[in-house]
Amino acid sequence: MSTLPSTPSVLPKPGSRAPDIAFKWIAAAAAGLIVVLIVMVGWQLYAGSRLALAKFGPGFLWSSEWDPVLDKYGALPFIFGTLVSSLLALLIAVPLGVATALFLTELAPLRLRQPIVMAIEMLAAVPSVIFGLWGIFVLIPWLRDYLFVWLKHYFGYLPLFQGPIYGVSMMAAGIIVAIMILPIITSISREILRSVPNLQREAAYALGATRWEVLKIAVLSYARRGLFGAAVLGLGRALGETMAVTMVIGNRPQISASLFAPGYTLASVIANEFTEATSDLYLNSLFELGLVLLGVAIMVNIAAQIMLKSMTGSGPIKVN
Amino acid sequence: MISPKITRFALLAALAALGAVSAPAQMLINGAGATFPQQIYTKWFDEYQKIDPSVRFNYQGIGSGGGQKQILAETVDFGASDGPMSDENLAKASRPLLHIPTVAGAVVVSYNLEGNPQINLDGSTLASIFLGTVTKWNDPAIAGQNPNVKLPAADIVVVHRSDGSGTSFIFTDYLSSVSADWKQKVGKGTSVSWPVGLGGKGNAGVAGQVKQTPGAIGYVELAYAHQNNLPFASMKNASGIYIAPTLESVTAALAAATIPEDFRFSMVNSSGEKAYPIAGATWLLVYAEQKDHVKGEKLVQFLKWAYTDGEKYAAGLDYAPLPDLVIKRVVERVNSIKY
Repeated sequence: MSTLPSTPSVLPKPGSRAPDIAFKWIAAAAAGLIVVLIVMVGWQLYAGSRLALAKFGPGFLWSSEWDPVLDKYGALPFIFGTLVSSLLALLIAVPLGVATALFLTELAPLRLRQPIVMAIEMLAAVPSVIFGLWGIFVLIPWLRDYLFVWLKHYFGYLPLFQGPIYGVSMMAAGIIVAIMILPIITSISREILRSVPNLQREAAYALGATRWEVLKIAVLSYARRGLFGAAVLGLGRALGETMAVTMVIGNRPQISASLFAPGYTLASVIANEFTEATSDLYLNSLFELGLVLLGVAIMVNIAAQIMLKSMTGSGPIKVN
Repeated sequence: MISPKITRFALLAALAALGAVSAPAQMLINGAGATFPQQIYTKWFDEYQKIDPSVRFNYQGIGSGGGQKQILAETVDFGASDGPMSDENLAKASRPLLHIPTVAGAVVVSYNLEGNPQINLDGSTLASIFLGTVTKWNDPAIAGQNPNVKLPAADIVVVHRSDGSGTSFIFTDYLSSVSADWKQKVGKGTSVSWPVGLGGKGNAGVAGQVKQTPGAIGYVELAYAHQNNLPFASMKNASGIYIAPTLESVTAALAAATIPEDFRFSMVNSSGEKAYPIAGATWLLVYAEQKDHVKGEKLVQFLKWAYTDGEKYAAGLDYAPLPDLVIKRVVERVNSIKY
C-alpha cells in the first residue's frame, strides 16, 4: 500500500439516503413476515377445523365430552388443563427465577456467577422428552410417596390437595413445566436486573438503606414491569409445552379442583391423537383444538399487556 | 506435494462412491402408516434389498390414520394400518383398495402386584376393571379366578394408552366383544373415552406407569412386555381355557378366526382352544390396479417374497406369523393385483 485512497470507496456519497431506506424496508419485511406467518398458521388451523366448527359451533369451547368413538368433541377440560398447569408452573418458576436472577446480579460472588449462569443455560438445552422420563421415573415416585402425602396430611382440608394420589397429576405437570421455563425466566430477569442503573442502588445506599431495602426499593420496584414481561414470556412457553407434560399429567380429560388429579392439555391431546385420527370430524376437532390453543395464547398475551399498562412501575423497560 | 498414487486412489474412491449412488437406476417405493409393524417391515425391506437391489423401500411410521389418508390421496405406493379401514373411509378410494394382512400381535394385560404373582383373568372381569366397577384387587370377581394368589385389598389403578394406537384398538375391540356394557358405554377405537384411569404415552408410558404405581393394571404389546420382563395375565378364551400370550397362541387365534373375502377381520376372542383372545392383525393397503406398471410389478414381487420368505423373520421380532391357510388366501389376492 503506497498511497492511501482519498475517500473510502465502500461508503456511498455523503448525503445518500439509499441505505437507510433499504434497511428500513428489509427490517419492515422481517417484521411483516412474522405477522404473515401467524395469520397463515391461524388460517390453516381454521381451514383444517371447518367441519368441527360447523358441527359444534361455539359449544365446542364449553363441552366436556371427548369421545372419538361417538364422534363427539369438546375442548373445555383441555383448556382448563392448559391454563392450570401453566399458571402452576408460573407460580413456581417466577419466584425461583427472579430470586436466582437477584442472587446472580446483586449477591453472588463474581467467580460464582458464570458457572451458575452456565448451569441454568444448560437446563434449557435438555430435551423435553428427557424431562418427561425423569418425571416418570424420579419425580413422580418422590411426589407420590413424600410431597403429596405431606401436603395431604397438613393441607388436606383444602380442595386442592384432596382425592387419591396417583403421582401423575396436574401438579406433577406444573412442576415439570416450571423447571423447563426456569431458564428463560431467569436469564431475562437477569438481563433486566442488570439494566437497573447503579445510580439507583447508590442513591438508596446513600439514604442508609439496608441491602434488602435497596433490593426492594431501588432494584425490584424499578424492574417490576420488565420482570412481569419475563413471566409472560415464560407463560408463552408453558402453554405450548407438550412432550414432558404428556408424560406426567395422566392424560385424563377431566376438570377437578384437586392438583393431585390427572388432567390433560390442548397441546398434549393433539400430539397424542393426531397420528391415529381416521375420521374427518375427529381430525377437524383436533385442528380446532390447535385453533383454541392459538386463541388462548393470544388472549393470555392481551391480558398480560393490559395488566402491564395498569402497572405503575417507574422503570423505562418495556416488554413487547 | 501429493503423491500421484494417493491422487489416483482418491479419484478411484470418488468414482466408486459416485457409482454406488447412481449406477443402478434404483426404484423407490414409498409407504406410510402404522407404527406397530414398523420393525418387521423395516426388516423385510432390508432383507429384500439383498435379493433385489434394484428396488428400495421407504417406510414412514406416521400412524394408521396417516397411512389411510396418504394411500387415499395416493401420495404413497402403499399404506399400512393397524385397524381395518371403515366403510366410510374405504368409500373415499377412487378405485378398489385391498387390505393385505401381514402379521399379527398380541396385547397383554400387565400389572403391578407385590411378588409379581401370575394371575388369571376373564374378559368380563377385565371389562369391569376398565369400566371402574371392580375397584379393589381382592374383589371376588378377581379372587374367584385366582384362588392360589393372595390379592391385596388395594385400589386398582387403571392405566391406558393416551395416544391413539392400534394396541388400544385391539384391546377395546376385545372388551367390546366380551362385554355388552363396554360395547354400549365405550365401544372400540384407536382412542376412546376411557371411563376411568390414567393415560400413558406409548407402550413405554403405560409400562412406566404400571411399573411405578403399586396396584396398577395396564395393557401393552406382547413384544414390549417380553423385552421389559413385565408380568402379564393369562386370559380366559372363548373355549373357557386360560391362555398365556405367546406367538403360538396368537397364531392359533388367527387360524380359528373367521376371515371374510376382503380380509377386514377381527380376531379377538377367537374360538380356538389354544387361542389367546386379545390379538389383532395389521394390514398393508394396496390398490388392486397399480398405475405404474414397473412399480406395481416390483411391489407384487416383494409381497410374494414377504409371504414365502419374509414371514420367518416375524417370530424373532415378537410378531405372530400368519397361519399357512391364511397365507395361501392372501397370496392369491396378491397375485390378482394388476399392473
